[in-house]
Amino acid sequence: MDRLRVSTVWLGGCAGCHMSFLDLDEVLIELAARIELVYSPLIDVKEYPENVDLCLVEGAVCNEDNLDMIHKIRARTKVLVSFGDCAVTANVPAIRNQLGLKNGESVLQRAYVEGAQAMGGLPQEPGIVPALLDRVMPVHEVVYVDYFVPGCPPPADHIQAVMNQVLSGAEPRLQGAQLKFG
Amino acid sequence: MAAKTLTIDGKQISADECATILEAAADAGITIPTLCHLEGVYDVGACRLCLVEVTGISKLLPACTTKVAEGMEIRTDTERLIRYRRMTLELLLAERNHVCAVCVANGHCELQTLAFNQGVDHVRYEYCFPKWEVDNSHALFGMDHNRCLLCTRCVRVCWHIEGAGTKNVSGRGAKARIISDLNQPWGTSDTCTKCGKCVMACPTGALFYKGSTNSEMERDRDKLEFIVTAREKKQWIA
Ligand code: SF4
Ligand code: SF4
Ligand code: FES
Repeated sequence: MDRLRVSTVWLGGCAGCHMSFLDLDEVLIELAARIELVYSPLIDVKEYPENVDLCLVEGAVCNEDNLDMIHKIRARTKVLVSFGDCAVTANVPAIRNQLGLKNGESVLQRAYVEGAQAMGGLPQEPGIVPALLDRVMPVHEVVYVDYFVPGCPPPADHIQAVMNQVLSGAEPRLQGAQLKFG
Repeated sequence: MAAKTLTIDGKQISADECATILEAAADAGITIPTLCHLEGVYDVGACRLCLVEVTGISKLLPACTTKVAEGMEIRTDTERLIRYRRMTLELLLAERNHVCAVCVANGHCELQTLAFNQGVDHVRYEYCFPKWEVDNSHALFGMDHNRCLLCTRCVRVCWHIEGAGTKNVSGRGAKARIISDLNQPWGTSDTCTKCGKCVMACPTGALFYKGSTNSEMERDRDKLEFIVTAREKKQWIA
């Protein structure tokens, strides 16, 4: 049987969800026989490929890069999973939304100018450093999301449960405390 | 006291005529989800989580403030109710700023627990991201308006168990907020006795003991029940 073509992406998040994925430990070895990791921060592939079966998206949509990327992912992926609270609720990255519109500018000002000990200045490198969006969004506010795996980060056994459900051809279905935010 | 006979989810029960649907259901071992209800203080029907269907009445009724009646046929588990409960929880999560990962109440929060028990895996409504303050002016307690549901449990315990009357609601609609005395920093209140009952009553991370950090805010609600039982029944049982 062909292995499931799986990708994982890292948008505006802390990489904790990916760390939790690595916490699958020896289960990763079993998984490796059944999935093919075609794109991920864990491997060295530059361009998001076509015909991906399953994508786990970590992180909120925070900047223009994230926005382009999530549209590209949706177009090239069968099943999209919001993976962790930043993807599901926008979580900590979205705290800046409370500062109102134009917070993209004010947070950079605070971090890179007011908080700078030396050489203060807003980072500006068009084409390299993506501009912040005015409003940080959970993934499903931008594209259709098939399934949600909440948690900050989602514990490894929840990830394992979802992967097993997908691999056995069942609908991924977490229940009760498995759906806890935070 | 006269008894009323009625059915809840098809189960024949009899209940005291003064009982609410919520109390009658609890006696019959049927759990109805609640949020603003708190044992020991009167009910106000603020959160709408306990809505039930009653045959012959087209609108949904809050179980916590509706009295039983003879022959009532009540349903607590229809698809419509399940749908509304989930909607209510999602709206509560979208209204203020709930960032569970960094919340004092993470893991001990009634809103969070209800949400996962009702299958909320994401919020379908756009989050409001309002700007709210944290009042840290009190010597012992803090109030984070970002996490408040306006359930008014704190107000009710403050007025009706402690009798201090410090806590109140000011404003209307989405701008409504919990205030201390004449809308002043909590720490400057003359009436607050520092009893902490409001903190014990709060279902979320909105009221907390100072010094508690992420996930540390556990509360002892038994203390409230103990005081109420002692006062009403003159029984000093823990
Ligand atoms: S109050 Fe409850 S639901 Fe809100 S952020 Fe805190 S833990 Fe989450
Ligand atoms: S502070 Fe807590 S108890 Fe008071 S209204 Fe808000 S959520 Fe309810
Ligand atoms: S518990 Fe009945 S309305 Fe809140």
